[in-house]
Amino acid sequence: MITTRRRACALIGATATIGLPNLPFAQARLSYDLQPKPAGPGIWMIEGSTDYFSMDNGGAIVNCVLLQGDSGLIVIDTGPSRRFGEALAGVARTLDLRGVSAVVNTHHHPDHFFGNQVFATQPIHALGDTIRLAQDEGDGFADNMYRLLGDWMRGTEVVPPRNVLDGGEVTIDGRAFTVLPLSGHTAADMALLDQRSGLLIAGDLVFHDRAPTTPSADLAQWSAALDTLEATNAAAILPGHGPLDQAGASIAQTRAYLDWLNTTLRQSARDGLDMIEVMQLPLPERFAAMGAQPDEYQRSVSHLFPDIELAVLPRAN
Amino acid sequence: MLRPLLAALSLATAAAAADDVRTPLTDPLGSGMWSYHQKELLGDPLDIRFDDRVIVQGPANAEDTVNVPLLVDATAIGDVEEIRIFADYGPIPHILTYHPGQAAPKIALRFKIDQATAIRAAVRSADGAWHVGSTYIDAAGGGCTAASHAYASDDWEERLGMIHGQVWADTGRARMIVDHPMDTGLADGIPVFIIETLDISDTQGQPIARLDLHEPVNEDPAFTLYFEPDATPEALRITGRDNNGNDIDGLITVAGYNG
Repeated sequence: MITTRRRACALIGATATIGLPNLPFAQARLSYDLQPKPAGPGIWMIEGSTDYFSMDNGGAIVNCVLLQGDSGLIVIDTGPSRRFGEALAGVARTLDLRGVSAVVNTHHHPDHFFGNQVFATQPIHALGDTIRLAQDEGDGFADNMYRLLGDWMRGTEVVPPRNVLDGGEVTIDGRAFTVLPLSGHTAADMALLDQRSGLLIAGDLVFHDRAPTTPSADLAQWSAALDTLEATNAAAILPGHGPLDQAGASIAQTRAYLDWLNTTLRQSARDGLDMIEVMQLPLPERFAAMGAQPDEYQRSVSHLFPDIELAVLPRAN
Repeated sequence: MLRPLLAALSLATAAAAADDVRTPLTDPLGSGMWSYHQKELLGDPLDIRFDDRVIVQGPANAEDTVNVPLLVDATAIGDVEEIRIFADYGPIPHILTYHPGQAAPKIALRFKIDQATAIRAAVRSADGAWHVGSTYIDAAGGGCTAASHAYASDDWEERLGMIHGQVWADTGRARMIVDHPMDTGLADGIPVFIIETLDISDTQGQPIARLDLHEPVNEDPAFTLYFEPDATPEALRITGRDNNGNDIDGLITVAGYNG
């Protein structure tokens, strides 16, 4: 199924380029314009859009980080597609001629690891459970990403991470990190504290001015993970989505939103609301202003409400 | 030269005749399957129209293809006999028929979607006229052909027929969730296993409403029924049966009801 769809995409692409070379759409090749922004000494981020996946943004909605290692740049998260990974590799070569020396995936969601195939000759690190989840769910994610992003995805193959990272003090290409193996956004979420700069690379455990996503979430575990992140007293926080946070507000913002979400869904179940009615509830101003709202809230209702409702409603037999 | 052309034309006419309906309508969603369902699922009624008073609400995108929420509201139609809910494009189009009886002609449900499709609610009023409302839901696909989640747990048989629910008299609603795999028969090696009917009655056994379920209703069917707030029963008995003969029986009540 995936193969057929990809082949069909490739075929259509080929027809457009060879058969109709003068039409504007055949000339306007989709390309990512990735700009590295300094995020500390020897650290750069590629800042993603705070929107949802779309044909307009090509899925460039995720933050990727580049850190100076001994033999090249260490890349944290590789973006949504092969083409994004290629653009990321290009950015790396402008910062260090030796390019990328190692890769880390914070978790198994597609926007964080679908650029991996470009770096397949380098070590690609992740938590053990992330590797297993990427193997199990990668093809299903690919189906959906091809549907959402079309030709942006051309040639993208699922390359799960291979090198297991456990928690604790870890050195990657000569750079020292504290690896925090957590969960809550998914069943396995890694956060990394860069020891040289004190920067916390939080993955999708922290969102900043962008609504948190919940397709694989466990809200209680997520809350506990935020406790752990708060206790690091990091100098700055680089969230999975949204701008770099120098003031340390993003952890509290993520927690406030998830708490509100949980309370709202529980109260709605107690009031006997149906999912459609819950989706139509007005959002408080501070959460309505986040990127990707109200769509992300409505998706969260789909993810979380059925289980919450079963836990809240009394037995009838 | 002329003969093959004529043959082709008559073939085209024959193909069109299969979907010929007695009352042709212009489908506001322009979906290719409409006239087919008008004939096969609604029995080609003479008195039928698309009617904006039948409100069908669903998400623009089905985030979870095996749990797509849908809210159908035909309270503006008045005296409603039945509401047939179906998907234009689905391996099994018919989702549910609701006979509201003493309840309001309004229902919330969840269903499995197999691909992007128009969703219809065809409402038959007491005078025999059909009023049709629609919405369009985009989907990644596969909702009907996947195995149910139930068998991932060891205790699914003990949970079979378990009901969670409550009545809210102040807002005029009753919500119920019935534990059941609702297997469509489309997943390899798993036969059809569905609840076929749910009867809603008062505590004296007087019928209030009835639901006829089909394969696309979600695993662990979940419904909200609506009432006039001052005419909401304090308790509702839910009885039914699945196609394997398992009985379903439960009582949902307003919080604190001791009847």
